[in-house]
Amino acid sequence: MRIGVFVCQCGTNIAGTVDTESVACQALQHPDVVYATSYMYTCSEPGQQQIQRAIKEENLQGVVVAACSPRMHEPTFRRAVEKAGLNRFMFEMANIREHVSWISNDRDANTKKAAEQVQMAVAKLRFNHPLFSSKVPINKKVLVIGGGVAGIQAALDCADGGLEVVLVERQPSIGGKMAKLDKTFPTIDCSSCILGPKMVDVVQKENIRLSTCSEVESVSGYIGNFSVQIRRKTTYVDWSLCTGCGLCMEKCPSKKVPDHFNEDLGNTRAISIPFPQAIPRKATIDKEYCRQFTKGKCGVCKKLCPVGAINFEMEDEFISEDVGAIIVATGFDMFDHTSYGEYGGGRFPDVISGLQYERILSASGPFGGHIKRPSDGREPKNIVFVACVGSRDASVDRPYCSGVCCMYIAKQAILTRDHLPDANCYVFYMDIRSPGKNYDEFVRRAQEEYGVNYIRGRVGKIYPKDDHLIVQGADTLLGVQVEVKADLVVLATGVEASAGARELAEKLRISYDQHGFYMESHPKLRPVETNTAGVYLAGVCQGPKDIPSSVAQGSAAAAKVQALFSRDTLETNPQVALVNERACVACGKCIQVCPFGAIQWKELRGGIQKAEVLPSVCQGCGLCNATCPPKAVQLQHCTDNQILAEIDVLCA
Amino acid sequence: MRIERTKRMKKRVAYYQGCSLEGLAVEYDISTRSVCKALDVELVEIPDWNCCGSTPAHSHDPLLSAALAGRNLAIAEKIGCETVMTPCPGCLKSLKGALQVFHNEREHDSFMQLLAMPFAGEIKAISVLQLLYETVGADQILQRITRPLIDLVLAPYYGCLLSRPAQFAQFDDPENPVSMDELLSSAGATVVDFPYKTECCGATYGVTRNEIVAKLTGRILDMALSLGAQAIVVACPLCQQNLDLRQSQVDRHWKRRFDIPAVYITQLLGLALGIEPERLGLDKLFVKPDFFLKLSLNHSEQMKEAQS
Repeated sequence: MRIGVFVCQCGTNIAGTVDTESVACQALQHPDVVYATSYMYTCSEPGQQQIQRAIKEENLQGVVVAACSPRMHEPTFRRAVEKAGLNRFMFEMANIREHVSWISNDRDANTKKAAEQVQMAVAKLRFNHPLFSSKVPINKKVLVIGGGVAGIQAALDCADGGLEVVLVERQPSIGGKMAKLDKTFPTIDCSSCILGPKMVDVVQKENIRLSTCSEVESVSGYIGNFSVQIRRKTTYVDWSLCTGCGLCMEKCPSKKVPDHFNEDLGNTRAISIPFPQAIPRKATIDKEYCRQFTKGKCGVCKKLCPVGAINFEMEDEFISEDVGAIIVATGFDMFDHTSYGEYGGGRFPDVISGLQYERILSASGPFGGHIKRPSDGREPKNIVFVACVGSRDASVDRPYCSGVCCMYIAKQAILTRDHLPDANCYVFYMDIRSPGKNYDEFVRRAQEEYGVNYIRGRVGKIYPKDDHLIVQGADTLLGVQVEVKADLVVLATGVEASAGARELAEKLRISYDQHGFYMESHPKLRPVETNTAGVYLAGVCQGPKDIPSSVAQGSAAAAKVQALFSRDTLETNPQVALVNERACVACGKCIQVCPFGAIQWKELRGGIQKAEVLPSVCQGCGLCNATCPPKAVQLQHCTDNQILAEIDVLCA
Repeated sequence: MRIERTKRMKKRVAYYQGCSLEGLAVEYDISTRSVCKALDVELVEIPDWNCCGSTPAHSHDPLLSAALAGRNLAIAEKIGCETVMTPCPGCLKSLKGALQVFHNEREHDSFMQLLAMPFAGEIKAISVLQLLYETVGADQILQRITRPLIDLVLAPYYGCLLSRPAQFAQFDDPENPVSMDELLSSAGATVVDFPYKTECCGATYGVTRNEIVAKLTGRILDMALSLGAQAIVVACPLCQQNLDLRQSQVDRHWKRRFDIPAVYITQLLGLALGIEPERLGLDKLFVKPDFFLKLSLNHSEQMKEAQS
């Protein structure tokens, strides 16, 4: 084999701590290497042309590029060698940037290690064979997990493009957190007026199948051909019959059920439709409070329901869906406002969370849109907002910025002054983060036009005194301690990863950061892709963000799916396991270990059994290769011989 | 025999009393010993104990301070104790600080060199409050209450050090501690939700800038009275000193008479456990707690009568 070696300097990224010229010179001493050079940026157009020229002029049969991680540019170089007439698998990459130059400043040691990496790549390449992809059809149906605004946008955009969409939502209604908001910053438009029509669109689109009260149970398969199990949790109401008339909710005798949609500020019934604009508008029974389940008798709703939809014997259902792509839009949870002992959230009824205040402001909220204190229903005169509760605080393991609480406080303060012109609003803040379009102007309006008192400093303690709450804080601009006698305190809680986010990530085989937010494939250039092909991200599940960004990501994820589905077939990855039938002893161990069910029995003439790999199902993990006692199963492009060749040169 | 031995081992705790408890806070020492005895906790005084390395040492050289505290820990380890308990939060901070230095890679060697004695660093340092709340437990104490503190309204005051800094103290909620609240409730008292439970008492400014202590301690006394508390319950000798010994100075500064006792948690639990007031050092307090002594004693006599 005639091999060419190309050592990239990556500007000074590699050349700064590795003698790339020396690495290239040493490469020339290895068997089969007939050409070696070092270049400033091998991935650039002239860099790629240099490789292609060398392939032609030197009659190269294999190419090694020593540069960055193959995750970065292996596809780039494979395309380049293919254009020059080589098979794309006659190429190897040695990672001398992430694995060498970036981790040490010792130039001699680095150069030695880089040369060894190149030597290993050459040794492996000598055993490479051309491999060829086959084509598999794409199932042009998309699964969207999460029916908040990001998921709704993604589902609608996919449906508009003519795709079949399955939208799965954990709660009884879609709408997510946005459905709970009163108004939205910085335009003060009504949240349900702008979200409501989109929610209605979801049920009106014929090609969206909505499944609420549902969670993804398991996921198998791969890009283009996923198969998904969905658990539809029982609601004890047959939704094919329920008309959403609400009679059951009106008559249900179990009246002390915390209303989660109103952030537990009011009560609902054991059978309920979560909110007036719910989609679908169907009733659900809360088993924990329903007297039929707690006391064993009641059945009022069952007797009254005009269509006979109530069924106490109903059980969870399982639905199987085959899809070609998955968009994850599972959103977030609010930080628990009772976590700070010094603020007394949870102990004092008039210390509430930002989302609770949102429900108080909302016309469909527990107080019909009138601002009242939860404790005694009195109109508050002095309202204090505390920013960064559960944001930018390492002591509660939330070192990141929620990205929204500065803005929603400004909005809530403006709305408060609109509702109660005589009320005084105080905002304790660390910094004001308002980088969006028209955002800073909005905060300025709160300060200048609406007379909201902004105090730069943290609150140290909140305690009740007489009928008030005393808020002790610091004004760090004046350098004094301040005390505000407040009637109501709103803790501007930050955001955290949704409950169950980690478990779902494991089912989808995508990664998450230490706080449970899903990892995008590249923080700048691949913001909605994950490292699992065919799985995309939208909204806050990827990291804290506001509504415009969530909607933009929903559309971006939908665009990625549209691009994927614009082809009819996908090229398979030929790096799969292959059985050498002459060596196979039919022990069946490979079938046992394969996590993807990609190996099955095959009967030869005379009833002899042999293992057979289904290339379209095989993910190339190599477990069978490692397990097979006679080494009959070999993972293509990563065979035992190739790995041993690498080790041999390293140990020689 | 063997079983009995291990049982005894479990509640054997090294006792580091520190300098305050030999002097101004002698009643904290007396009541701690009495309460531990009543609860079957064997306190082993660390033989030949020395200064914990507080202010004079650590303002001169932090490593010296760590080594001084480390010597006490090393002796406690040598006599076979797994835990050292000290009632003084200042001493506790020093002892925990020494353990932190021991486990710090950069400081470990110079610390051991200065200490110059064997030390494994496996011993745990806790406060008497932590001992009562976690090692013994409120429910265990509840079972042994013979004179419940019914009719007493108490304000628990933790001060700054017992639960903070959170990662250092590793005990209770740093901003809203509840351990004393729960212990006192299980002893039958009415406990007010005291908002100033971790506010600053002025600490050592009592010596140099008295008016700061007068102002800060006054706020605490005022808040306790406004909530209807009859006494403030403390677990720190310095807090107690400011609230009790200096209360007459606070009175002068505020031009009013507060007259509210500041009692150690061990003294009150001791009363509830039926220990005689003399064995709890209640006579050592400056603001006399006579009225609630009477209340508590009267109540127990009534109970006795009712029982007979």
